[in-house]
Amino acid sequence: MMFRIQPAMLKIAAAAWLLGATGAMADTTLEFTQWWEPELPAGSLRAIMDDFEAANPGIKVTLVSGPYATTRDQISVGAATGTLSDVVGLDGAWVNNLNAQGALADMNPMMDASKFDKTQVADIIKVDGKAVMFPVASFVYPVFVNLDLAAQAGVTKLPSTRAEFLEAAKKMTHADKNQYGWVLPLSLQTPSGVQNDMMSWVWASGQSMMANGKPDLEGKPVVDMLTFVKSLNDAGTVSPGIATKTEQEKVEEFVNDRVGMMIDSLAHVNLIRKRNPKLNFDLIPVPVVENYTGKRGLPYASWGIGISAASKHQEEAWKLVQYLMSEKVNAKLVSLANAFPGNVNAKPDFVTSDKAFGKAFEIFKTGYLANEFTGLPVAEDLMTQFDVQAQKMLAGEQSPEQAAAAAQKGWMAKF
Amino acid sequence: MTRQKRSHHKLKRAVAPYLYLSPSLLIIGLLMLLPMVTVIAYSFQNSAVLRRDPSFAGLKHYQAIFDDPVFWASLWHTLYFTCMSVIFHMTIGMVFALMLNSDRINPTLRSVLRVLYILPWLFTAVIIAVIWRLLLEPNGVVNSMLMQIGIIGSKVEWFSSPQTALHAVTFANIWAGYPLFMVSLLAGLQGIPKDFYEAADIDGAKAYQKLIFITIPQLMPIIISISLLDFIWTMQVFPLIWITTGGGPIYSTEVLSTYTYKLAFSSYNLSQASASAVVILLISLGLTLFYIRYQKAR
Repeated sequence: MMFRIQPAMLKIAAAAWLLGATGAMADTTLEFTQWWEPELPAGSLRAIMDDFEAANPGIKVTLVSGPYATTRDQISVGAATGTLSDVVGLDGAWVNNLNAQGALADMNPMMDASKFDKTQVADIIKVDGKAVMFPVASFVYPVFVNLDLAAQAGVTKLPSTRAEFLEAAKKMTHADKNQYGWVLPLSLQTPSGVQNDMMSWVWASGQSMMANGKPDLEGKPVVDMLTFVKSLNDAGTVSPGIATKTEQEKVEEFVNDRVGMMIDSLAHVNLIRKRNPKLNFDLIPVPVVENYTGKRGLPYASWGIGISAASKHQEEAWKLVQYLMSEKVNAKLVSLANAFPGNVNAKPDFVTSDKAFGKAFEIFKTGYLANEFTGLPVAEDLMTQFDVQAQKMLAGEQSPEQAAAAAQKGWMAKF
Repeated sequence: MTRQKRSHHKLKRAVAPYLYLSPSLLIIGLLMLLPMVTVIAYSFQNSAVLRRDPSFAGLKHYQAIFDDPVFWASLWHTLYFTCMSVIFHMTIGMVFALMLNSDRINPTLRSVLRVLYILPWLFTAVIIAVIWRLLLEPNGVVNSMLMQIGIIGSKVEWFSSPQTALHAVTFANIWAGYPLFMVSLLAGLQGIPKDFYEAADIDGAKAYQKLIFITIPQLMPIIISISLLDFIWTMQVFPLIWITTGGGPIYSTEVLSTYTYKLAFSSYNLSQASASAVVILLISLGLTLFYIRYQKAR
């Protein structure tokens, strides 16, 4: 008799184990699409997810990872077809379009229901009053200065204002030696130079390219910025090849002692050190207009996070978002990414162990995150339009005022 | 019964070819016709792909791209880029093929040249773009050489200046594409009977006369076929232009492929991008029909 029962019992046990193992019994499986995993040390994001799963029994997380551009296309298609993952990694430039498609959930009710402390997050990206994205990790864009070139040029005080920057750039420029004061990448292939290397001058002085939710490119801040960039170019301080230069080439020129100053992502610090270990550089905030003493806006790009409106597991998805935004986990994640935290209380470990990052963290703490392209419709297209007008201005085809007016006209058509 | 058998056999014979063709037809349908029909459908919809319930737009998106001056500039740049590329591909290909076919060159040197001349064909578009970006950058080798021999007085921003950018990308494409002509024409040259040249020698024909009256007429079928194919392929070139200039500066190298790409992935206007893609399709289709008619006539 015992001999007969045993196989049946074994079968039942095996079936139960199989059900349990596949999560079919009670587990909720969240799908999390992002481009972060390939950019983090191998296995580190998975380890954070494992910790989350351990802290939240019954919830499993499947990571769907790919390069940035692939993820962007995947999310666009997912939003259109209603197959967007439960939790999605977001770039601020995408949220307006995704919101227009009704693809992102409003996290306001979730925050209210869970009594989420909103003061702990650095920013909440809202579109039409809906909270659609939290920046989890921010990559700020300070000015990198080649200290050896500065010393050789007799620049003893690093620039704090635009006028000082222009003077320093002039001193550092020696075109005969292929050495220039500044580098401006305005390739139309990746028009992010408009955001990082041009508009950053506006935001640094606490100014804005918008007014009442609409573009204000003909306003004084943007026209002044264009005039300033033109003066840098007219003085011959900008490394040649502006119209086709990409961000990677900008970094290469800085690494190879060919430019004295550049505005760049803090995420490139390790890359710069790896490419040229002898390079002696420092970080400073983006210089401001004369007599400005207020808080400085710090341009940034971010790894944002949001929840799909079509998700059947929004409650569980919100738990994952909360987890990633919590002080300790956020500090751990941004330490791995060499980024600044989305939780204002989190302190990444690299700021105490690394002088350059420590300096940047001070800049970060004394200023505020500023990126007005976040949440705008077709942000990349807006940058392309501005880029073309800036190129025309730098080619001498139009004045800063005309460039601003033409860009304003193009932008208004998109709003 | 016999009659039934006969008709059954007839049916089998009639169906059999289609059964043999069915795997290919299925693949062509899935991989070519379906995407093509889908893109055509998108071009008549508002908010195609981005909305689950797109409305019918009629010819609105076609009207929008035809009203856009950048589209017409792109079309002109595409024609310039394509025509110049095909003309120079053919000329350089012919010169090199004649050189490699000549008995006056040492066979060892000929083998070395054959390898050297074919090299550009082995590189992918990305590598070609990177090579030419490095060579033609303001501080690059080309400027340095031209300044040393006194052809230019100051650094030229080949890809970054609106005056030179289109010529620079066309030049890079010419460099990358001539080996196709060279190889095809070389094969054609080796197929021309020697008797023709011997007869011409007896008649006292000069070298250029042999080229004009024997070589070129004999190669004409190859020249026309390859030129048409090259025209179709070059018209659709994307990575080389995208990586070198991104369509800039100031739209000076914007071609139909980069224009369409920007509409789709920068403006997220997939309806207009589809309309633009359909225009490219129609131009390519016209050329393809011309090619097929030429092949049939032969």
